[in-house]
Amino acid sequence: MTEVETPAIQLPDATKLVISNSPHIRGGETISNIMVHVLVALAPAVAAAVWFFGLHAVRVMALCTIGSMLIEEIWNKCAKRPSSWKDGSAALTGLLLAMNLSAGAPWWICILGSIIAICLGKQLFGGLGYNPFNPALVARVALLIGFPSLMTSWVTPQAGKWLACDALTGATPLGASGAAVASLNDLLIGNVGGCLGETSAIALLIGGIYLLIHKLIKWQVPAAFIGTVAIITGITHHFCPEMTPPALYHVLAGGLMIGAFFMATDIVTSPMTANGALIFGFGCGIITSVIRIWGGYPEGVSFSILFMNALTPLIDRYTIGKPFGYIRIKKEAAQ
Amino acid sequence: MSDKPRKFKGGVHPNDSKALSASKAVVNAPLLDKYTVIINQHIGAPLEVVVKKGDVVKKGQLLAKATGFVSVPLHSPTSGTVTALEKCPGPACVSVPSIEITADGNDEWGSPFEPIADWQNAEPAALKQRVSDAGIVGMGGAGFPSHVKLSPTKPVDTLILNGAECEPYLTADHRLMLEQAEDVVLGAAILARILGLKTAVIGVENNKPDAIEALNKVAAKYSVKVQGLRVNYPQGAEKQLIYALTGREVPIGGLPMDVGCVVQNVASAIAVYEAVVKGHPSIERITTVTGEPLVNPGNWRFRIGTPISKALELAGGINVQPAKLLLGGPMMGMAQNSLDVTVMKNTSGILLIPVETVSQYTSEPCIRCGKCVTACPMDILPATISQAVENGRFDWAEQLNVLACIECGSCSYLCPSRRPLNQHFKRAKAEIMAARRKQQKK
Repeated sequence: MTEVETPAIQLPDATKLVISNSPHIRGGETISNIMVHVLVALAPAVAAAVWFFGLHAVRVMALCTIGSMLIEEIWNKCAKRPSSWKDGSAALTGLLLAMNLSAGAPWWICILGSIIAICLGKQLFGGLGYNPFNPALVARVALLIGFPSLMTSWVTPQAGKWLACDALTGATPLGASGAAVASLNDLLIGNVGGCLGETSAIALLIGGIYLLIHKLIKWQVPAAFIGTVAIITGITHHFCPEMTPPALYHVLAGGLMIGAFFMATDIVTSPMTANGALIFGFGCGIITSVIRIWGGYPEGVSFSILFMNALTPLIDRYTIGKPFGYIRIKKEAAQ
Repeated sequence: MSDKPRKFKGGVHPNDSKALSASKAVVNAPLLDKYTVIINQHIGAPLEVVVKKGDVVKKGQLLAKATGFVSVPLHSPTSGTVTALEKCPGPACVSVPSIEITADGNDEWGSPFEPIADWQNAEPAALKQRVSDAGIVGMGGAGFPSHVKLSPTKPVDTLILNGAECEPYLTADHRLMLEQAEDVVLGAAILARILGLKTAVIGVENNKPDAIEALNKVAAKYSVKVQGLRVNYPQGAEKQLIYALTGREVPIGGLPMDVGCVVQNVASAIAVYEAVVKGHPSIERITTVTGEPLVNPGNWRFRIGTPISKALELAGGINVQPAKLLLGGPMMGMAQNSLDVTVMKNTSGILLIPVETVSQYTSEPCIRCGKCVTACPMDILPATISQAVENGRFDWAEQLNVLACIECGSCSYLCPSRRPLNQHFKRAKAEIMAARRKQQKK
């Protein structure tokens, strides 16, 4: 009868209360949020690629992105794993792969690249979060070694002409050893031959700044990476100018910008600690410079990042900071 | 001590949701017919009950006495009759022993001790004995007996009062500092006298400017300092607070006294003031009853033993069924499954979390984004430790300093993969401590 006496005030139904560990509120960040942010950050570079390479760029990007998502789903079906295309990571891998291909890449290269990236680069290791190497770079390097001539013939950019650029093959800015073949201005804007994402430094820089503002990448990685390349190539150019172009040329040309801002900073395959990120960027910079100046390949960004990816667990292990209150323990023990 | 508080590393900025109850003045909860007082409201040795069923008790009369140094007595919240000595639902979802007092409605004092009016000249030891006799514990949430902290075995030069109240939603300490500023400062002065110190510092987060102003008006008179603190969760965690105010790092596994500090909650300071100046034992506290599902959130002064259901009724009941009922704040509070749990000395908040906030997250693999590493105020690697725990490698977790974790929940709050990081650490700590106990037995 007591229930009838106080009908106005309603109390919670205790049987419907959820019991769980603290904290009971969560921040808004999710995996797909992060992936969408990175995709948005790539938008200027995508627009630049479409502007310079026309519909062929759209074709390559669509094939790689949709291809990667489809292959991820097929893998999930075969492996009886839950569907994961919605988290956006497969789309991002696909788009990054497309940025590493030429506008003239045939359709089967796009699909083969997607298969290598998703299956070999990511799913064989256990899926998102477990892959030691950047999947898009695994695919790029596999294609580069498997089809060297296809992967190093570039299409000459023709700004604003949608359907042009078929059979034209131009020189890549880092291809001719020692000589600068493009003006700095062209490199900055993107009016040079190369992969879709290797051309416009300014578009990539805008995307990179977007990522930095949203704290999705550690500033240490691009700063150390680009800084190291600039210093090493700058010194080399100063002493033997015939060996290599000046530092600024190196920074703007080739895959350094996209590598430093979008590939090396891949959260899964780069160190978690701030100091680790510095070491990681520094290592990428050294290897890139060495390959560019003395190596057999004109471009070394992909190799350098993959090599440093392999070192990431080691870097993480040795850059664990001392926790708050640790120094005192040591001091006391010494006393 | 520097004038500018230091920035501790890490931390998060959750939406504080304090506006729900921050402007609501503290109301004395009306006398109930019945109080169910949980016997062990503190961390330490369990109490020995000194009353039996049918006994008539006065308000403030001793119900259970301390059985060791780390133990504090329990007193009756009102006058009446002991009607039951049974088990009741406890805050950790298990039944705990309790004493049921049926009120006689007279609310007649029968305090076991007299006021110490001239506390300025009283012996510090006598004041400390009073803190112990009055059953005062850390009222911020931990419930650690206050007199133990006031008995440092190392030299102490700083007394800190914790008024940070960094947990979202909670406003009990805010209202208390605003409405009873002089009592807080007097409590601080008494605590300082017990420790043989001339001064004390009250740390308050800058999101409570009115409380800082109120405290400042009276603080100088008792040479107490009020220090505004950066708004950053967990600013009110003991180690972070000490660092912000003094720049000293409490060693892992150590105590504030290892760096010459004693920290007391502002609500405990008021309890000390009331025990010494008024001669009242610790039988009531200010608690925030809040959450979006409530009709009328606010702050109330509850007697210990008040059932949560009565507190929710005072707040007007609910509009919609909440997903969770918490004791404490949303970051570190404990989820409850019964409305019969009663208010204890350390119940700073009764919080209802709406269904929208609580999605049943499925945890996904770690994507190594490192947000937890940046957020961790103790500078350990939550992501790596969590993986160690998942693989049953508690030895590895120990190497990675999981024991330094203060369970603030900042890592879990930020994790985009919704990993149960905090839960993993609690598990790891329990496993490591169990293994150590086993080792000691051998």
